[in-house]
Formats: sequence, C-alpha cells, structure tokens
Amino acid sequence: MASEVKLPGLMPATDTDSGIIPVRESGRGSVQVAIDEARRATALKSPIKARAQDLNFYYGDFQALKGLNMEFRERQVTALIGPSGCGKSTFLRCFNRMHDLTPHTRYEGSIMLYPEDINLVARGIDPIEVRMRIGMVFQKPNPFPKSIFENVAYGLRVRGLRSRIRLAEQVEQALRAAALWDEVKDRLDESGLSLSGGQQQRLCIARALATNPEILLFDEPTSALDPIATARIEELITGLRERVTVIIVTHNMQQAARVSDFTAFMYLGELIEFDETTRIFTNPSKKATEDYITGRYG
Amino acid sequence: MKAAQSAWGELERSVRRRKFIDQLFVLAGMAILFASLLTLALLFLKLVHDGAGRFTWDFLTNFPSRNAGRAGILAAWVGTCLVMLVTVLAAMPIGVAAAIYLEEYAPKNWLTAIIEINVTNLAGVPSIIYGLLALGLFVYKFGLGQSIVSAGLTLALLILPIVVVATREALRAVPRAIREAAYALGATHWEVTAHHVLPYSTGGILTGMIIGLSRAIGETAPIITIGALAFIAFLPTPPMTSHFPYLSFTWLTDPFTVMPIQMFNWLSRPDQAFQTNAAAAGAILLGMTLLMNGVAIYVRYRFRKKINW
Amino acid sequence: MPVATVTASNAESIAAMRVQRKRMKVREIRDRIVESFLLFAALVAVFTTVAIVYILVTESLPFFSHVSLREFLTDTMWTPMFDQARFGIMPLVAGTLVTTFVALCLAIPCGTVIAIYLSEFAPFKVREIVKPALELLGAVPTVVYGYFALLMVTPFLQRFIPGLPGFNMLSPGLVIGIMIIPYVASVSEDAMRAVPNYMREGSYAMGSTRFQTATRVVVPGALSGIAAAYILGISRAVGETMVVAVAAGLQPNLTWNPLNSAATITSFIVQVSLGDLPHGSIGYQSIFAAGLVLMLTTLLFNVAGFFLTRRFREVY
Repeated sequence: MASEVKLPGLMPATDTDSGIIPVRESGRGSVQVAIDEARRATALKSPIKARAQDLNFYYGDFQALKGLNMEFRERQVTALIGPSGCGKSTFLRCFNRMHDLTPHTRYEGSIMLYPEDINLVARGIDPIEVRMRIGMVFQKPNPFPKSIFENVAYGLRVRGLRSRIRLAEQVEQALRAAALWDEVKDRLDESGLSLSGGQQQRLCIARALATNPEILLFDEPTSALDPIATARIEELITGLRERVTVIIVTHNMQQAARVSDFTAFMYLGELIEFDETTRIFTNPSKKATEDYITGRYG
Repeated sequence: MKAAQSAWGELERSVRRRKFIDQLFVLAGMAILFASLLTLALLFLKLVHDGAGRFTWDFLTNFPSRNAGRAGILAAWVGTCLVMLVTVLAAMPIGVAAAIYLEEYAPKNWLTAIIEINVTNLAGVPSIIYGLLALGLFVYKFGLGQSIVSAGLTLALLILPIVVVATREALRAVPRAIREAAYALGATHWEVTAHHVLPYSTGGILTGMIIGLSRAIGETAPIITIGALAFIAFLPTPPMTSHFPYLSFTWLTDPFTVMPIQMFNWLSRPDQAFQTNAAAAGAILLGMTLLMNGVAIYVRYRFRKKINW
Repeated sequence: MPVATVTASNAESIAAMRVQRKRMKVREIRDRIVESFLLFAALVAVFTTVAIVYILVTESLPFFSHVSLREFLTDTMWTPMFDQARFGIMPLVAGTLVTTFVALCLAIPCGTVIAIYLSEFAPFKVREIVKPALELLGAVPTVVYGYFALLMVTPFLQRFIPGLPGFNMLSPGLVIGIMIIPYVASVSEDAMRAVPNYMREGSYAMGSTRFQTATRVVVPGALSGIAAAYILGISRAVGETMVVAVAAGLQPNLTWNPLNSAATITSFIVQVSLGDLPHGSIGYQSIFAAGLVLMLTTLLFNVAGFFLTRRFREVY
C-alpha cells in the first residue's frame, strides 16, 4: 500500500531527481517506520565493514557482554537499542577501546575490522591506533575549551598535519559535513563553548569527521539536546551514510527507526535480535523484541 | 490543667536556657575568631609603627652596617630574590612533574602508596630538619658550599609537598569528558595531558607555586643551618657580565644573606636602633608574604573565571 | 547469505597508514620517556626522606660513639661546646615540652571552638571570609612572630606577671599557640564537616540546639579527625624554631617552669649554626644528634596523625 505520507517527526527522505520518494507506512505498535525500497536494496548489498565474533566483555568479575555476534555493513547506519543496562554503550565503547582507560576490564572474542582483518580488541593491537581509525561522538557534547577551529583541527594535529592551509581546508570540509559551516565560518576563533548545545554537538561531530574515520560511533548523541537540535543531528547522521559507517546507540526507538538501516536489540548483555530496521520494527521475530518495541517494558 | 501548664513552663525554661548557652557559644566563637584576626592586624601594625622611621630609600639600598642608622637590607633582599629564583627553578618542574605522575599515570600499587605517604610526611617535617639535610648533603657531601644554590635547593625540597598537592588538585579539576574526547581522537596519554589537562590547570599550578614561595620567603631556620651570614656587606656576583658569554653562574656559590636572617640578626642585638631596623625589615617581609598570598588567591579566581566548564 | 567484506580500497590510503604507523612508534617512545621522567620526579619525595634519615644517622653516629646513650638521655646538662662538655639532652627536651605545652593550652581550646563555630554555627558568608583570613595567620614568617613574642607579648605579660624575665618560655609558647590555631581549626573543621548531615538532622529533630548537636553528635563523630588535628598541631609546635630562638633565650636550662628562659632542641641547633661549625667537630655532630631526636619525635606524631586522619576519612 503505497502513499505519499509525511510521517510525524520524520525528515523527508533524500531528494532524488524524481522528487518525493514513495514510502510505505507501516508498523506494529508505537514505532512508525518509513520503508524506502531503494535504500533497503543498497543496504543489503553493502559489504561488511566490521564483525563482532563471540565478543565477551568483563568489568572485573562482572560479565557485561555475552557472546555477541553481529555484522556492521559499510556506509550503513546500524542502531543498538535496548533498555538501560543492556550493554549497548559498553559494546559501542569496545570498538574504540575506550574501556582500556578503566582498570580491571577484559575483552574476549573479537571485533574484526575489514579489509585488513584486524581484531580491534586484541591485546596486541594498540588502542591509540584503533582510535585513530574509529571516531566517537559522546552523549553530552564535550568540545574542548579552545577555538572552534582548534577543536576541529585537533585530531589532525595529533596525526601530524601542520600546514595551516591544509588544516583550514580540512576544517572547512569537516564543518560542512557537520552542517555547521555556515553558522560558524565567521567566528572560527571563538571558543567552542560559546555555541549552543546542538551546535556544540555538531562541532563534536565535525571534530570526529575531520580525521576521516572508517567507523563513526555515536553514543546517545541527542539525549542531552532539545527536539529541534535532535532533528538536525538525525538528519546529519542519515546523510553521513555517504561517507562513513555509523553505529549509533540510542534509547529512543523512534530515532533508531528514523535514522538506521539495521538495528540490533540487546538485553542484559546479549544480542536478542538483529535485522533490517524496517523488519525489526514492523515484524520482529522474537517476542522480547516485540515487547520492548511496543513499550511493554524498558 | 495546672500540671500541664507547669510542664509547659518547665519546657520553656529548658529551651530558653539551652538557647542561651547556644548564644553564649556563638559569642565565644566570634570573640576568639576576632581576637585571632586582631592579633594578625596588631602584628602588622606594630611592625609598621616600630619601624616607621626606617622606611626610606636608603634602607632598601644600603648594606648592613655597625651603625644602625646606616644599615640597610640591600644584600638581604637581593639574596632573597636570588634564592627564590633557584627555588622556583628547582621546585616547579619537579613538583609539577611529580603531581602529574601521581594524578595521571600512577597505578594503584605499593610504589605509588609509598610515594604518596612520603609526600604527606615531608609536609610535616620541621623546617630545621631540612636545614640539617642541606648541611650534610648539599653543603658537604655534594660540595655545593654555603651558597645560594644550597639554600635554593633546600627550600625547593621544603615547599615540594605544597606544590605537589596544589598541582594535583588543579589537575583533578579538569573534567573527564575532555580527556575522553581527546582520547577518542587518537591522542596518546602524554598528548592528552600536555594538550588538554595541563593548559587548563595552569591557574591552580601557579597558585600553588606562589603559596609555596610565600612560605619559602619567610623561612629562616634552614638557611641559618646552611650557614648564611648576616653581615654581608657585598652583593653576590652579578649574573650578567660585560664580556662573553654574558652569563655568569658564580652567584650560585657566593656567600649571601636573606631577609628573615637579616631581621633575626638585628633582632638579636640589644640596641634599640637595631630593633627598629628589625621591625622595618619585618614589616617589609610580612607585607611581601601577604601580598603573595593575595596574588595567589587572585590568580586562582581569575583562572577559574576564564574556564567555565 | 554470504556477504562480501570490505576490500582494500586504494594504494594511497595504505601508504598513509604506513606513515601513521611510523609516527605511532615515535609517539610511543616519546610517551615512555616522558613517563620515566615523571616517575623520577615523583621519586624525589622518597629520595628526600631517605636522604634525611641517612644524613641524620650517619652524621650523628660519631656523636654516639663519643657519648653513651645513657648519658645522652639522663644527664641534666647540655653544654657540648664547653671544655667540660656535658651531653644530656633533657634540658632541651624539657624546653621543647614546656613551650609545646603552653602552645597547646592556647591552641587546642581556641582552635576547637573556632572549628565548631565555623562548622556548625557560622553562616556561609562568614566562613568564606574567615577561612582565608585564618590561613593568613598561619602564613606569617616565624621570625616575625618571634619579634612579636619578644617585643610585644613579653612586655604585655610583664605587666601582669611581675618579675617575668625578658626571655621566657611563656611568651613564645603563647605565640606558637596562636600560630598553630589555624592549623588545628582547619583540620578539625574538615573532620566535623565530614560528619554526615543525617546525624545532625536526627539530633535537631529531637529539639536540640546547635550547641548540643555540636557537642553531643558532631564532635564525637569527628573525634579521630579532631585527634589528628591536635597531634599534627603538636608536631608543628615541637618543630617550631625561630619564635623560641628569638624570645626564649638560647641557654639550655632544665626547668619545667614556663616563666624561665630555656632552649629547645630546635633553638639549640640554630644557636650552634650561628657560630662556626667545622665539619666533623663535636658541635657539628651534636646538632645532628639533636636533629635525630627531633625527627623521631615528629615522625611519631605525624604517623599517628596520618592513621587517625585516614580513619576519619574512611568511616564516612
């Protein structure tokens, strides 16, 4: 049943030459999903960028992640959803080895990164190297107390880029990609903290994008923002699909439905169900997933 | 009815009595506080009053002399400045580095515990023990002699705990989110510390250094033990020379004196005139100490305003 | 459904990665060097303590080969610089104990009252102003306090105590007390503030006044911290040098009467240092012996204070 529908709170799908893309409205329960067939087809054809294999993670004696097996496709957005404490943020932070900063943590299993076939969580792999290829945007915007320019340029400086001209080029590119350039191009020397909350978060996205990461991790990026700022960032994330693989953790299911191509539902450290977003929200195969989506718990 | 009334009356009396004691205590507390602070004011005023006649330019530019009227503190305050220079150059890098290690790098093991215990312990060691350490170690074992460099190093060790504690506090104030963001961009441990944590802690570090210096300025006992003399009628060799290489380090090993010692020396003479000199020197010394403390507080305030998380 | 994985894109990105890898090695080496330097700086604290112990012991060893321990501890006169030298440390210990005792008689009550007042009674604004002001009291150079003791407190006391000599132990004792009040007050206050509010609330809810809550709930709850404050105050008073050197006279004198002049362990060291001290002479050795005694005493107090402080921090 095709219809041209503007769904509440949903940004229009990408423009194409033909104008508005026909979407199908569907959904069981409280989450509505736009079904864009063209996008689905592309998504399913994308090669795999990263794969978690039997991943276990321990905080001391407590096992936070249990035997996770999941695939992440290149240049697609994968969402991790689930109730509080299910381990989605923990899982996300394994990708860029942020847990290495906490004592008494342990990884088991692997997260394979392609094309080099590197296990990101292997003990022999330097976490700094991992973080230079995988970026992260945090829940609460955390720009450095430096100028906007220096915020975005920091990742590049760390990688040895010194030429002011090249830096300026990359900074502009990154700010454009984060849809922030027009708002700050005249005040690049002002402090990053002088921006509004939504702008700060976009600054953090620009900062992460400047280093051309292969995977960009978002840890509940809009939970500290107002609805308008949230909408802009969701639009941004959807657009990022052109350049980078995205993994986003969110407790807002509507957001996952809007923004992602694939969704994984986690509960108590385990993967319950992983599927295309459209399928999970319209026709989940596990009852637990359905219960969560329809709001019966969590 | 009567019983209830008298019970209530008794209650009222009890409450009134206890409240009275309360008020009494408030008065006592305020009185003692006031008296303590009054002492400080009294001290300063007495010094200024006693030394009134000697706040002249001559006083600042003369050497000590047997004639009290002609004696001045030139050698003393120059010596103080030079010793403080050595102290800063020694205490600052070591103190800040030690604090960075303890706060950012140290694992929770026995070595770290030992280091921390030592820092705390050293804060409580009497200053004269530092003097004995310097005498045995710097003056004789290392052969640095009874010199400015010995004094500077001694005071540096003395104020090391102050610098370390203040720096640690300043480092701790930097929010975790900033560090996480820097790590996430691929920065190494030292890059995070140097590019992000240190720049934002500068205010606190400076404050600690200034407070340490204000303590060092007034220290007498360790310097006496090293053997600073009080009758120095000459200045240490100037650090700038008129010929190549334009920089001389002889001053480090010259005999010297410092302000508190000069004051102590004059104070020990029974002559009234010398006691006036002592008062004047003391007023200047106290003034400098209070000024430095004030500057430290101001620096801390300004830096806190500049960076609002 | 078998899905392909990402394949290596182009030569440029692989070359870029190799450059990064080389830079990584350099950064790693730099990081390690920096960490070693930082550790070394931190070890300076340990070296200092070791050096202090080493110097004190080795420089006073010759002294103890010359003077028996028994004589050292029991002889009643201390005259190491005389021809007929006597080496009993008791006069110096007595001087130290008396001045410390006088200091504590002033500092403990006043410091505690101030601490209770600031912690339980004073409004926020008052505390904001008073605390830094109190700290200033503790920042005054000790030689200036010496001046104060000799030329202001002693004459003042002489008005009430006829026959009080110009050099006595009462005056410096009181001034040392004033000097350590901020110290005692601030550590005690920290301990009292660490007592959780719900304990106070329980007391107030029963109709107690602030004074009753303070004395019946807060002070007992903060007891180990307050004890720590006292002990650290003692340590500070014992180690104080210049005030006594200026105002108590420099003559060792075995007396328990604060109205007399005397010397303390610390002022003796200063006195000897003022004169000529040839390396290795008996005078030189004697100050290290005195220093050793001082070090052991303050170490004892500091350790006790440390454990008490840790206890009160742990309990809450």
